[in-house]
Amino acid sequence: MSIATQGEGAIGAVRRSGEGFSMTALTSVLRRDLLLAMRRKAEVLTALFFFLIVSSLFPLGIGPEPALLRKIGPGVLWVGALLATMLGLQRMFYSDHLDGTLEQMVLSSAPLPLLVMGKIIAHWLVSGLPVVILAPILGLQFDLDPGALWILALGLLIGTPVLSLIGAVGAALTLGVRGGGALLSLLVLPLYIPTLIFGAGAVQAHLSGQGAGGHLSLLGALLALALFFVPWATTAALRISLE
Amino acid sequence: MPGMLTAHRLTCVRGTRPLFSGVEFSVGPGNWAQIRGPNGVGKTSLLRILAGLAQPEEGEVRWNGEKIGSEEFRRELMYLGHRAAVKDDLTALENLTFSAEMDGVPIAREQAEDALARFGLAGREDLPVRFLSAGQKRRVLLARTVTRPARLWILDEPFTALDVKAVDFVSNLVADHVKAGGIAVLTSHQAIPLPPGQVVDL
Repeated sequence: MSIATQGEGAIGAVRRSGEGFSMTALTSVLRRDLLLAMRRKAEVLTALFFFLIVSSLFPLGIGPEPALLRKIGPGVLWVGALLATMLGLQRMFYSDHLDGTLEQMVLSSAPLPLLVMGKIIAHWLVSGLPVVILAPILGLQFDLDPGALWILALGLLIGTPVLSLIGAVGAALTLGVRGGGALLSLLVLPLYIPTLIFGAGAVQAHLSGQGAGGHLSLLGALLALALFFVPWATTAALRISLE
Repeated sequence: MPGMLTAHRLTCVRGTRPLFSGVEFSVGPGNWAQIRGPNGVGKTSLLRILAGLAQPEEGEVRWNGEKIGSEEFRRELMYLGHRAAVKDDLTALENLTFSAEMDGVPIAREQAEDALARFGLAGREDLPVRFLSAGQKRRVLLARTVTRPARLWILDEPFTALDVKAVDFVSNLVADHVKAGGIAVLTSHQAIPLPPGQVVDL
């Protein structure tokens, strides 16, 4: 009896507190996913080392030709970043789906787009932000000047969240599909192309003396668009996948 | 009437195979219903439809006369599926507090500890759930019944993997919940040690 009466009281309390709890739900998902990533460092480090090695293979393979390296550098680093983000994508919803926590999120009284946003931010912090920090260091291998390295990092800072956002839709859509990993790449990589073009283009524009402002603004526009549409698209995709 | 769950002519199709059709029942406050039937008849599918996780082929589920799925409904619902819904790498305590926060009803550490202790997990709160047995994982999930206020409980096989004492404890919880005006819908292959309720045969 006592439990139930406490329960009734708490229901009232929740009603009174109203909207305030939504942000708690977002930060709670975020903290939980970061904690899980900390407990499984291997998965996070795999993506990071992948990025490191893939982008180091090119200077090693091509040899000491600074002019050529400078030309392909931005593209190679961006493709490396793209693929590194892809590695962690499939796990974004998959493990939650397997153990049933995703069902609980869908049924939570907090709005699902907010919970989804929490998961996307966690994915970016774990797989996007390290790439942003590492890229300028790796850029040195391609003989990029400090200005270009700065543009590269700035471009990645705006661009990698777009990758996490677009990837979330793909991850949600391929959730229940067998062999979803390969399908996910086929689905998501073409959608990454605009980000790749403007991101790598920003560095190249800077190198050719045109200024990177236009490219970076377009990246910003992509980010704004993705931020607006992705939480809802992902939510819809999740609901379909869960049936 | 506040807190009335009505299933109206529910039909469920899995692939091309019809599972059940025309299922009709309603449960009001202070009542509970048991969904019965052999394996594969669609008990879990029915519970998922009742919780709003899946859509029926035909028919509809209503809560207080309104179609389910609203935030109001989700706030009053607690659905515990047959999957553990706990994270193996998190401790029992973290699992319980995070799930409470995601439900929008944050709880204090003491509250969570107390709930886990009542489920016989005292001293194991800080162990990653990975190291717990299937029955203990189940208890971590069921500890939510104590921490989360909800009027409608939908429990899929709540007694699997539990020992005799825990079965008694959980059925007492359900009985108390129902006695206090709550609603419970559950499936079980075991005999349920509860005062008689409604039976839905699939």
